[in-house]
Amino acid sequence: MPRFAVLVFPGSNCEGDVLYALREVMGQEAELVWHKETSLAGFDAALLPGGFAHGDYLRPGAIARFSPIMEAVISMAEAGKPVIGICNGFQVLMEAGLLPGAMLRNRSLHYVCRYVDLRVESTATPLTNACTTGDILRMPIGHADGNFYAEAAELEKLETGCQVMLRYATPSGEPSEDANPNGSIHNIAGIVNERGNVVGLMPHLDRCYDSDLGTDHGLRMFRSLIASVS
Amino acid sequence: LKDFQVRVYVRLKASVHDPQGETIRGALETMGYAGVTEVRQGKYFEMSLRAETREDAEATAREIANRVLSNPVIETFQVDIVE
Repeated sequence: MPRFAVLVFPGSNCEGDVLYALREVMGQEAELVWHKETSLAGFDAALLPGGFAHGDYLRPGAIARFSPIMEAVISMAEAGKPVIGICNGFQVLMEAGLLPGAMLRNRSLHYVCRYVDLRVESTATPLTNACTTGDILRMPIGHADGNFYAEAAELEKLETGCQVMLRYATPSGEPSEDANPNGSIHNIAGIVNERGNVVGLMPHLDRCYDSDLGTDHGLRMFRSLIASVS
Repeated sequence: LKDFQVRVYVRLKASVHDPQGETIRGALETMGYAGVTEVRQGKYFEMSLRAETREDAEATAREIANRVLSNPVIETFQVDIVE
């Protein structure tokens, strides 16, 4: 049975949700791993949860990227295993150079906490292989720094390489300005690296695995993740 | 070894939109400062750094500014040694 590592930095606050979803909802083996650890031996995938690692001081993810465990995360990514960054975890992966781009403060300057509709753009990722391109997922977001930015050349590479995984869209799938909650360039909500194993996304799959929570669309991402390591 | 006082300025690249600076500019306009046409918000760091020479201090400070204090995707930095 595959084993999932859920990393914990000082200030992470979604590790419990990710762990619960993996263990109790999906019936998987999952363990919390403290950021001072140096090995991820025996794990088949790593998830970096949301929160405020190191208080978001300096920039979100800027301090966490130098945590001892990050060497093991980089090795895992280089070995082709799935590495998933959710929200603050996405910011850490960008700061670590595992994913391109950077996050700016939300266009509104407000912390945005609400449901959004997302269009699946690429299914060649560990989180969307159980989806179809064009699927609309309804998921919650909660962040102040989720305004994705990449320079023109990098953006072009992401678009032409099918590395855009999710886009903020209307319920009918239009990636319009109105549907963009934070100002992200090209409405980008989630991306995958060139190799197709490192994913970052702002929406919280760990907060929507049961319809009692408003939506269970996160289940499709957990199913995809499990399929990608099985 | 000598103690050097280092100043690091981190700025958003000109190509990067700055929602905070734009909000400050809008507030200033509301307050009647009609002459303020642009505000860009950045970061400023003061460091005390022990090194053999001014050149060593500057090299270390530039390395720190590049690796940690700024994100090269969206920001540029400037390092001043003030003794």
